[in-house]
Amino acid sequence: MFPKGTKRKFSDSGEEPVPSGEQGQPAPSAAARTLSSSYSLQRQSLLDMSLIKLQLCHMLVEPNLCRSVLIANTVRQIQEEMTQDGTWQIMTQALAAAQCPADRLVATEVLCRQTDMAAQAGQSPKPFSVVGLEEGYHSEEVVMDGDGDTEVTMSTLSTVSPQLSSASYLPGPFGMGPCWEEEEEEGECEEDEEEDSEECVSEGEEADRDHLTGDSRTGEQVFGTFEIKHPAPPPDPALEELFSDVDASYYDLDTVLTGMQSAPKMGPYDLLESLSSHGPTALSSSTSCRSDLNELDHIMEIIVGS
Amino acid sequence: AAVWLGYLLNSALSLFPADIISTVEFNYSGELLATGDKGGRVVIFQHEQESKNRPHLRGEYNVYSTFQSHEPEFDYLKSLEIEEKINKIRWLPQQNAAHFLLSTNDKTIKLWKISERDKRAEGYNLKDEDGRLRDPFRITSLRVPVLMPMDLMVEASPRRIFANAHTYHINSISVNSDHETYLSADDLRINLWHLEITDRSFNIVDIKPANMEELTEVITAAECHPHQCNVFVYSSSKGTIRLCDMRAAALCDRHSKFFEEPEDPSSRSFFSEIISSISDVKFSHSGRYMMTRDYLSVKVWDLNMENRPVETYQVHEYLRSKLCSLYENDCIFDKFECCWNGSDSAIMTGSYNNFFRMFDRNTRRDITLEASRESSKPRATLKPRKVSTGGKRKKDEISVDSLDFNKKILHTAWHPKDNVIAVAATNNLYIFQDKIN
Repeated sequence: MFPKGTKRKFSDSGEEPVPSGEQGQPAPSAAARTLSSSYSLQRQSLLDMSLIKLQLCHMLVEPNLCRSVLIANTVRQIQEEMTQDGTWQIMTQALAAAQCPADRLVATEVLCRQTDMAAQAGQSPKPFSVVGLEEGYHSEEVVMDGDGDTEVTMSTLSTVSPQLSSASYLPGPFGMGPCWEEEEEEGECEEDEEEDSEECVSEGEEADRDHLTGDSRTGEQVFGTFEIKHPAPPPDPALEELFSDVDASYYDLDTVLTGMQSAPKMGPYDLLESLSSHGPTALSSSTSCRSDLNELDHIMEIIVGS
Repeated sequence: AAVWLGYLLNSALSLFPADIISTVEFNYSGELLATGDKGGRVVIFQHEQESKNRPHLRGEYNVYSTFQSHEPEFDYLKSLEIEEKINKIRWLPQQNAAHFLLSTNDKTIKLWKISERDKRAEGYNLKDEDGRLRDPFRITSLRVPVLMPMDLMVEASPRRIFANAHTYHINSISVNSDHETYLSADDLRINLWHLEITDRSFNIVDIKPANMEELTEVITAAECHPHQCNVFVYSSSKGTIRLCDMRAAALCDRHSKFFEEPEDPSSRSFFSEIISSISDVKFSHSGRYMMTRDYLSVKVWDLNMENRPVETYQVHEYLRSKLCSLYENDCIFDKFECCWNGSDSAIMTGSYNNFFRMFDRNTRRDITLEASRESSKPRATLKPRKVSTGGKRKKDEISVDSLDFNKKILHTAWHPKDNVIAVAATNNLYIFQDKIN
């Protein structure tokens, strides 16, 4: 079993998430706050880095399972520590208050729908108890720090639905991406496939749009991904019907779309195969996928050269 | 420690990624050395007899056979490519004139037969020399075909293909001491095969959780015990090793022994688990010990003591303060291998900057050497290298920040009997030997 480490206290936390092995003396409160915010910044950047790594591994052809497991465990560790310190709830609350950009509505809608499903299903209480604000740490530190890192972090989380609680950040990276599910041979739940393909749509679409706008907010997709997956919510019959005729190759939409921007690992015949298998009937029945259809049409035009 | 002469074999063939060496393995006698690369090719080197004009050298290894073992495939069901990269090669003990080896990529294991042909039959009655059938009415006498010498031809032919047994990526294969069975391990399962049977295998370990979202640990390496055909070990990404006895049950999910070193709480960080992940596990030739490689160290375990290793060797402790950067550039996930020498008195493993390290278990001395073209001119003595950890850098030392993390030595092999080592540095293979008196 992996033992939990000693809990870090903000008053004597080290400068970096990588410790030198020393527990510092309790510093004056201002210095302690500086130290702790530096630590929390670094921890936050580590979290962002990890989530981006996980997201990127969805886009690879066949991810390295060991690497993904280790990254996901790291994320979970950070998440647990942040929950214990109360910063997790601060972050989600702050993001809930933040504005959602209009051009992210599609993704948000998809995210929210999933959230509603979970809410309807009556999700079990959060696994961690959200600790209140602790002494020496205030939300202003996170928001108003003026550090570029923090601000980027806040905006990357802007698509978080206000209804989301920290329960949605449950460790679920292995159910969410096409990678894990595709590893299954038999017995793969249809609802898992649907959720994956749904989120691949938003992922891929976001990736495509992100690249086109030149704004690399991959962290957004990543957190979006985390938002979507809950531990086995019951299948929404509307969604099931929507995705009933989507086959496995639909998973590759995000791979396809991102593959188009960078050197694609799949050949052009794969691209055509993936795209042509998406019947317009499946997509057009959902408003949230209408823009996806436009994207697909656009891509098809490019490929076919019409 | 022996003074190492170095000579370079196989100087830079090309810089294409396909040539990156992905596995290195001596056969049981050490006469043959096999390498697998990212392009699915296997190259076998053979030890030449000592040459008369250079008697102080043991003799070079020259290319003996080259063949394409695996081709890239496409899994249509999952719309995923299957890489042709050779993950592991394991030799079978030699039983006749031919040599056999197992090579595997992510999904398929193949048994290859490598045989020599140095004679050709001539003088057939029914066929011409070029193979055309002779007109029967022209045959007036009967002759016995004669075997004529021909240029040595080494043929590699696939004798068995063991496919469709692994959902996840195969990381290890290991031939059992009974010489009839072997195991193959992927991230979540271990299968036992019979060398003659390709259409089925026994699943002996399965750590896949019912809900994949609960997955927190994967299998990283597995090996059969060198003498006890019922015993094998497998390591995990959480730094644990499980020893299993196949006599206990059909499914060896319950281990017989569980090896784990308790974590040092003072050195705990977010990267603790990642650097504890074991990248390689190797039994000693004696079968009494096993060695594990994690990111920063090599540990020797006594099979009779589960709670901690008996020896720990730091490979590159100076990287501990750089873990965040190494996480960012993914180097922290590099899987280094390790190996024993023939007498189990020394161990070797690789590092960055084309450095590799050797530890003498008896004298506790260690040495860092570099596998590079500059430092391995023929008959040149390898110069020990040192990484400066303190503030002041001595002459000839290299600072941590100037290490090249793209030059990593992941694969090394030690001759089963002699002090000859093979070191794979990206797409170059270096063979070093020590001085003969």
